[in-house]
Amino acid sequence: MRLEYFQLIDRIVELDLPGRKISSEATVPAESTIFEGHFPGYPLMPGVLLIETMAQTAGWLVVAANRFERMPFLAAVKNAKLRNFVKPSQLLSVGATLEHEGSGYAVTKASISINGEGVCDAAITFRVFDFPNDEMKAMMHAWAERIGFPNEVPADG
Amino acid sequence: MSTTFDTIADIIAETCDIPRDSIKPESHAINDLGIDSLDFLDIAFAIDKAFGIKLPLEQWTQEVNDGKATTDQYFVLQNLSARIDELVAAKGA
Repeated sequence: MRLEYFQLIDRIVELDLPGRKISSEATVPAESTIFEGHFPGYPLMPGVLLIETMAQTAGWLVVAANRFERMPFLAAVKNAKLRNFVKPSQLLSVGATLEHEGSGYAVTKASISINGEGVCDAAITFRVFDFPNDEMKAMMHAWAERIGFPNEVPADG
Repeated sequence: MSTTFDTIADIIAETCDIPRDSIKPESHAINDLGIDSLDFLDIAFAIDKAFGIKLPLEQWTQEVNDGKATTDQYFVLQNLSARIDELVAAKGA
């Protein structure tokens, strides 16, 4: 989890395109300036970052469904429920399913668990656009390689 | 059996918290009902699910932006209903 780059997924564990689902893992850093403020003497992973972790996992599923030709952008988060505290160094198991691919948008559901216990879940909608520029597409390719985006999914349009 | 218009009017009323009786066939979703693009995604999702279709929102938007169509053709509800009926018929063809 690279909090400083807002890249919250460490690795894609499984990408099942026919099954329209993905799973990933991320380890919360042991130390971060975020924990100095949230909260002093009681460090907790902020809920908004857990939501972003779910969104990034679901987003990679949408990238895969679009064969790396288009980019999802977060549009709506619904029914977000933060069920348990998350502390530094904990390993997050993240899962997402693709509920619907519309014209220019995608609807997903995502969740996080720790050791099998649910931490949070939400329904996440993305707008889906062409990559706005080559620089961003190249960055996404580099990011995909770093987190083990499966080779069988075409990484080029 | 409810009409296509009734179904989408119910969807709009529920999704956007708009009084059902204020939603008319001649209502323009954007200009009259004040539905923005993000809310319309929810409506499109519900319509896609209800009718088993995929509203071609990107194509419609492109046609409007290119001056080849007006928003009335797609967002006045009686016209939207007709487009949905066409899509449903094409699916079953």
